[in-house]
Amino acid sequence: MADEKKSGAALAEAPAAAAAKTPSVMPKRFVPWPEGREKPRIWIGMGTCGTASGAQALKEEIAAFLEDHKLEADVMPTGCVGMCHNEPLVDIQVKGRPRVCYRKVSSKNLQQILKEHLLDGEASKRSAFGQLPNPDEKQVLYEGVPLFHDEPFFKDQVKIVMQRCGVVDYYAIDDYLATGGYEGLRKAVTMTSDQIIDEVKKSGLRGRGGAGFPTWMKWKFARDAEGTPKYMVCNADEGDPGAFMDRAVLEGDPHTLLEGMIIGAYAVGAKYGYIYCRAEYPLAIKILTEAIKQAKERGFLGDNILGTGFAYDIIIKEGAGAYVCGEEMALLNSIMGERGMPVIKPPFPATHGVWGKPTNINNVETFANIAEIVQRGGDWYAYWGSETTKGTKTFALTGKVKRPGLVEVPTGTTIRKLVEEIGGGMTLKKVGFKAAQFGGPSGGCLPAEYMETGIDYESLNAGGAIMGSGGVVVLDEYNCMVDTARFFMEFTVDESCGKCTPCRDGTALMLQILERITHGEGELGDIPKLQQISHFTKANSLCGLGQVAPNPVLTTLRYFRDEVEEHIVDKKCRAHSCDELIEYVVMEDKCTTCGLCKPPCPTDALQWEKKQTAFINHETCIRCKACVMACPFMAIK
Amino acid sequence: MTTNTAKDEALDLTRACELAEEEAGTAGPVIRVLQKVQAHYGYIPPEFLPEMAEILEVPLAKIFGALTFYSQFYTEPRGKYVVRICVGTACHVQGSKDILDRLKGDIGVEAGGTTPDMMFTLEPVACIGSCGLAPLCLINTETAAHQTPALMVEKIAAIREKESASVAEE
Repeated sequence: MADEKKSGAALAEAPAAAAAKTPSVMPKRFVPWPEGREKPRIWIGMGTCGTASGAQALKEEIAAFLEDHKLEADVMPTGCVGMCHNEPLVDIQVKGRPRVCYRKVSSKNLQQILKEHLLDGEASKRSAFGQLPNPDEKQVLYEGVPLFHDEPFFKDQVKIVMQRCGVVDYYAIDDYLATGGYEGLRKAVTMTSDQIIDEVKKSGLRGRGGAGFPTWMKWKFARDAEGTPKYMVCNADEGDPGAFMDRAVLEGDPHTLLEGMIIGAYAVGAKYGYIYCRAEYPLAIKILTEAIKQAKERGFLGDNILGTGFAYDIIIKEGAGAYVCGEEMALLNSIMGERGMPVIKPPFPATHGVWGKPTNINNVETFANIAEIVQRGGDWYAYWGSETTKGTKTFALTGKVKRPGLVEVPTGTTIRKLVEEIGGGMTLKKVGFKAAQFGGPSGGCLPAEYMETGIDYESLNAGGAIMGSGGVVVLDEYNCMVDTARFFMEFTVDESCGKCTPCRDGTALMLQILERITHGEGELGDIPKLQQISHFTKANSLCGLGQVAPNPVLTTLRYFRDEVEEHIVDKKCRAHSCDELIEYVVMEDKCTTCGLCKPPCPTDALQWEKKQTAFINHETCIRCKACVMACPFMAIK
Repeated sequence: MTTNTAKDEALDLTRACELAEEEAGTAGPVIRVLQKVQAHYGYIPPEFLPEMAEILEVPLAKIFGALTFYSQFYTEPRGKYVVRICVGTACHVQGSKDILDRLKGDIGVEAGGTTPDMMFTLEPVACIGSCGLAPLCLINTETAAHQTPALMVEKIAAIREKESASVAEE
């Protein structure tokens, strides 16, 4: 299970042979300081999440500050470094000193940061998250500012896919080139197709979209398929709610994706490519469009790539809002302007894909690994990760953790490490961990006993969840497991394309039953019924969507059966989440008579006198939960 | 851009036809044309569909099939302010349902509905991809992080005030 030995942290124990191929430090990228440059550089985290946190206003304030003080500096946008909990982020670097990352920047502390850093020549310690000294350059460290990569959130991360996200200017191909960009492609065009596919095979890379099919095998099928032209397609239809690592790559480091696709196209002999991106990511589409233009200008894309005569062109296709289009055949149909419906396989896309031609489809994160694999070799990549799943995986860690964000770790890292060390533990101190939801609507909830499990495709499958695209939503005791299962089923019912009966009707039936249970009208026979429908839907659905849709129900029944039964028999929801099943009471033994619960109550149903246990009048209680949330001792249930 | 005027006024479809003609003869044009038409009109006027079928030489049923399949195509004009509440997993576990329920009452429409004065459209969306900032809401393209029902109601009230002030000025 957990292969601690190889999970990044314990590098010292690595076998000598592997160690020789492994840099003593993990791959970290720094934008070099150009020779002769005097002007400071300022990066603002302006991915979708940075912008949502107010980065645009910061940009204007920075410009105003520079003008007021007659200063010159380059202000650049950068993507998401993964620290959603510290947004918005601003990085500043002056000549001869390391880049410093400032967190939770607002108009309140921005002036001080700029003044101290740019005018006084010192880092503004109060807002500094960390400094990033570039080992290749002579830089004088700031005193009293921690090292960025030693912070608990980053310490155990190994960044391969996300190495440039939040580091480079996402509109600048020169930043990409200065950080080793397109070196993989330069090497690839000197190799044969077999050699490239062999490196990918050695790396052990498997599809990061969720299914985990070996990438090299897919490439080989497409290469050996007859028919021209061939297509190399990227699935950027990141539809799983709770997953956003693809968006981070698309926005933060678009050229990594392009380079991976171009190398793939070279290996399978593809002439055209599509990037199918969901319409909900307008910024990603804008950045990608610019990246493609720049890559063409520099000869990395187009009719004569790097002067080799190899031609490959990429077109962006914007989705129109359909989750099922993440399924490869549905995606291809959508590219061709049709309804995004899956079809029976075989034939597989490798032989009959877009316009009936051989087509290879990979996910964004898969492609983002390729350049590094080709450049550093498959063995280097295979050093990371667990026995069966090599390399790293990016997880979107969200829900009830202190430090939500994007986390890239070697596979085999335990759930505990992810949640407690990197994620910083639960948001509310007194409200414990209940489950980690993996794989979105196709996955499942793993309870606390899986905390020590190393995460890879096999271990998650064994637990009844799936890796999926890598969304991890942490649930605490305030989250109802029946409601969570109902939530995912509602999503699947909405998104089922309706072509095959098991998925269309099976999911609808399951939703009906789950709704009944959450409304307090469940019957004991519902549990076997849910199981029966789940197995039927799993076994008989046409495409991946239906085959995995019952997973949330099955894992809930497997690990949280008592909670389901409690809903049915006792008509109780222990998480206080199902409105119809709530009757709040104050538990005398836990109540400290502090009175914090009284002010939030909108109907005065909560009665409290000094030094007396609070009491709830059920006649006037509207079950708004305000008192429950206000109580720091979980004394109201 | 959007022409959300009274519906009984006949809509000028010239631009829509031009957009369709630009794509006629290309491979798989249906979704592209629908996207462009919607970008121009703010929605897809149903009366345009037969003409579109003729121009592209694609069966009307096929166009209608694609149009109804994808959730981002709208056949009715939408409000000036489209209020989107993310109901993805991360937002759901952080209480986005409470926000949606509160706004249904406050704006006075069901999910997906538009107010009669064409001011607000309320729309639940699945995952905007900034789950670290849950719960998340969008008003048109403006994203608001870490929302609560009260905060959103405030925002809506502010928009109402702004709008009625601008009407009063006129």
